[in-house]
Amino acid sequence: MLSTYFLPRDLHPAAWWVWALGLAVAASRTTNPWLLLTILAVASFVVVARRTDAPWALAFRIYLYLGSVIVCFRVFFRFVFGGAEGSTIILRLPEIPLPEWAAGIRLFGDVSAESLLGGLYDGLRLATMVICLGAANALANPKRLLKAMPPALYEVGTAVIVALSVFPQLAESVLRVGRARKLRGGTSGKRFHALHAIIIPVLEDALDRSLRLAASMDARGYGRAGKVAARVRLVTGLLMIVGLIGVCVGVYATLDGSTPRFLAAPVLVAGLVIALIGFRFAGKRVQRTRYRPDRWHLAELVVAASGVAVSVVLFATSSVDPTNLNPSLIDLSWPLLSWVPLCGVLIGLAPASLSPPPEPPFDHEPIRLAEKVPA
Amino acid sequence: MIALDQVSFWYHQQPEPVLADVTLSVGEGELVLLAGRTGAGKSTLLGTINGLVPHFTGGHLEGTVSVDGVTTRSRPPREFAHLVGMVGQDPLAGFVTDTVEEELAYGMEQLGLSPQVMRRRVEETLDLLGIAELRRRPLRALSGGQQQRVAIGSVLTMHPKVLVLDEPTSALDPTAAEDVLATLARLVQDLGTTVVMAEHRMERVIPFADRMIYVPGDGSVVDGTPAEVLAHTPIAPPIVMLGRLAGWEPLAMSVRDARRRAEPLRTRLRADVTRTPARNAAAPLLTSSGVVVRYGPTVAVRGVDLDLDGGRVLAMMGRNGSGKSSLLWALQGSGPRQGGIVRVDGADPKELSSAKARTLVGLVPQTASDLLYLETVADECAAADRESDADAGTCRALLDRLAPGIDPRKHPRDLSEGQRLALVLAVQLSAAPRVMLLDEPTRGLDYTAKAALARIVTTLTGEGRAVVVATHDVEFVATVADRVVVMAEGEIVSDGPTVEVLGGSPAFAPQVAKILGPDWLTVADVEAALRQAVR
Repeated sequence: MLSTYFLPRDLHPAAWWVWALGLAVAASRTTNPWLLLTILAVASFVVVARRTDAPWALAFRIYLYLGSVIVCFRVFFRFVFGGAEGSTIILRLPEIPLPEWAAGIRLFGDVSAESLLGGLYDGLRLATMVICLGAANALANPKRLLKAMPPALYEVGTAVIVALSVFPQLAESVLRVGRARKLRGGTSGKRFHALHAIIIPVLEDALDRSLRLAASMDARGYGRAGKVAARVRLVTGLLMIVGLIGVCVGVYATLDGSTPRFLAAPVLVAGLVIALIGFRFAGKRVQRTRYRPDRWHLAELVVAASGVAVSVVLFATSSVDPTNLNPSLIDLSWPLLSWVPLCGVLIGLAPASLSPPPEPPFDHEPIRLAEKVPA
Repeated sequence: MIALDQVSFWYHQQPEPVLADVTLSVGEGELVLLAGRTGAGKSTLLGTINGLVPHFTGGHLEGTVSVDGVTTRSRPPREFAHLVGMVGQDPLAGFVTDTVEEELAYGMEQLGLSPQVMRRRVEETLDLLGIAELRRRPLRALSGGQQQRVAIGSVLTMHPKVLVLDEPTSALDPTAAEDVLATLARLVQDLGTTVVMAEHRMERVIPFADRMIYVPGDGSVVDGTPAEVLAHTPIAPPIVMLGRLAGWEPLAMSVRDARRRAEPLRTRLRADVTRTPARNAAAPLLTSSGVVVRYGPTVAVRGVDLDLDGGRVLAMMGRNGSGKSSLLWALQGSGPRQGGIVRVDGADPKELSSAKARTLVGLVPQTASDLLYLETVADECAAADRESDADAGTCRALLDRLAPGIDPRKHPRDLSEGQRLALVLAVQLSAAPRVMLLDEPTRGLDYTAKAALARIVTTLTGEGRAVVVATHDVEFVATVADRVVVMAEGEIVSDGPTVEVLGGSPAFAPQVAKILGPDWLTVADVEAALRQAVR
């Protein structure tokens, strides 16, 4: 067991998602900038340590940009739509008077340090959550995640995979037809004509291709699964919908402290159970198997557990000692950091060293990307 | 293994049946070649084997088709997946997943095989097809021959009893095509798989084929050994044409066979190897030097110098991805070019507007239909006249000369491959360019359409135009080209008269050269020489 633990392999994508969601949930419990920055650092460090060269892994940077944009916007809005809560006014802007019906909205005017800080903390929290999801995206191959879906969702997964592979093809044929268009004298003629001349061949091409793909899938046994009675299908669908609604309500109630408690854990659990029964029913009729499915080994457990641990620690401390997690905005002071939540967040670092490194992208030869798109 | 009993098939709203009362049976382990003109019903016949016709295509089928005792009437094509493996013309269009290994496993996942069996079969298939080193590659990054082999592998993993292939080598260069065919021959020999394949360029398949089914196009089929069937068909590969000319009985089917029989013919021909000297050309119509094309870090064309003479046909050969297309696009001026000089009529087509550039150099791209976007042939012709400021009717007149009798009300999509090519060529010629570049025009053309294309090319050069044909089709090159350029890795590796380049090369030699020696390229050459000798 231990001898194979650190052999390079791709972890089960769900493990990375659990880990990242754990960090995101932890981030949702605090507005302490030190803690949030620590969570960010933890997520980034693990991503850098364990990502591959795949295109989705390189997209992590985009999430970082997105995060900074979120923070900037939050602060900027405090400028625009008034931020006078609090006593320390640091900027006096002329207020733009608004008509009667827009009462409650304020444009510009005095800006207080408290409200700016509130915007910053809030933005930082949201940005951290977004970046945590970005980390999951960078670490888990999205296609493998689709493959790891329960058999009941197989059709949806296939549709998504096919759609994903259609996009590069579509882009390619737009380029090709555009080039061909130039051969006929290109840009002359009306705007509409030029568009027409590109869209028609591209659509014809796409339609042709999808027909051939459909024929190929049909010939290769897609959808061989046995037939199901209409009644069973109806029951399955009902179970799944009711279950998913329950899960949604439960998750909302759990995260929002002001909703009645009986809507939280009990509804969440009940919803989950009903949805799982539905899945089970739907999956039963599927007689398909999976080639080299991702298995859930010890390393996956370690990764997932580290993420869950982070969120558990922050949940626990928030009920014991909430002040440091949500620094006061009433009297301005440096937010303090206590040891317990900090150590809790640092548990999230475990996957950086305790998970096997990812597999190199290709077996023998160096990467030869024939259709590498110039950046 | 496969039995067709009195099968007739109509597409909806078409009075003439595509197949009429066809009765056939194919035994286990046979390799059957299906031949016939484009649109004669080859693909339809192939489709009936696993029920795609009529379950997927629509239409009306009479009679019964059964594979291994199961009729296609009762079950949809997907229930035949474990019996019949279907490989199409364009492998990329049929791929469902995106890496080699997953593609090989896809069919087995649908059959619900156990993971251990899948794992084992994937490994076996990777080895059988010699693609083990490609296992984790993205499918789109593979070469055409590799893609075709993966496509074959992806159905082989289901261990089908019958393999059905629709023109598996039509888009491949000669070497890649040999690879694919060798793989198929091995399957027939070692695994006893029944193989039914349609192929235009049958010269390569005939030596392997046990049986041949010829589809003349009137709904009937002619069935027999290749030698029997080919004795009378209007379309035939050069080796058969040569056999008919020399009066061999029965016809030789393989080059080895023919060489042995050709001894007397060779001695008769040896006497008069007097070839017409190459025509003297005037100043070249297009000159280029140091042309460089690159896409990011990949260099497609590496400093090529090429001059094109009026009245001559230049054939451009080389494996897929050797830079032929990139070079043609760069010469035309529409494609990227990072360095070098191109001069046509004293101007660089890249610096002119695209409307002006096409009056200097015309290009018919690989997928010619990209240029067509209107609903009727007449509309396309009118648009072409407008685009090139030509007199009304110019394009139509050109089209009538290239391919007479095309109904102007027809939709361009409904034309045959050859007719569509002629239409695109007419559209491009209406701008009256002196240099015409054709990128893979022979793709998907049958022997008759190729002969028509050869006549068109000869007409163009007769008018003093320079023509470049990029193609994999050795026999076509032997027929039309005056000069051949072979490209590899973006460079020109050989350049010379057709006889020298083709005759001396093992990979590119046409069948006639393989039989009679490097001085003879086409049956027409031999025929002319024989006639002279008699006179």
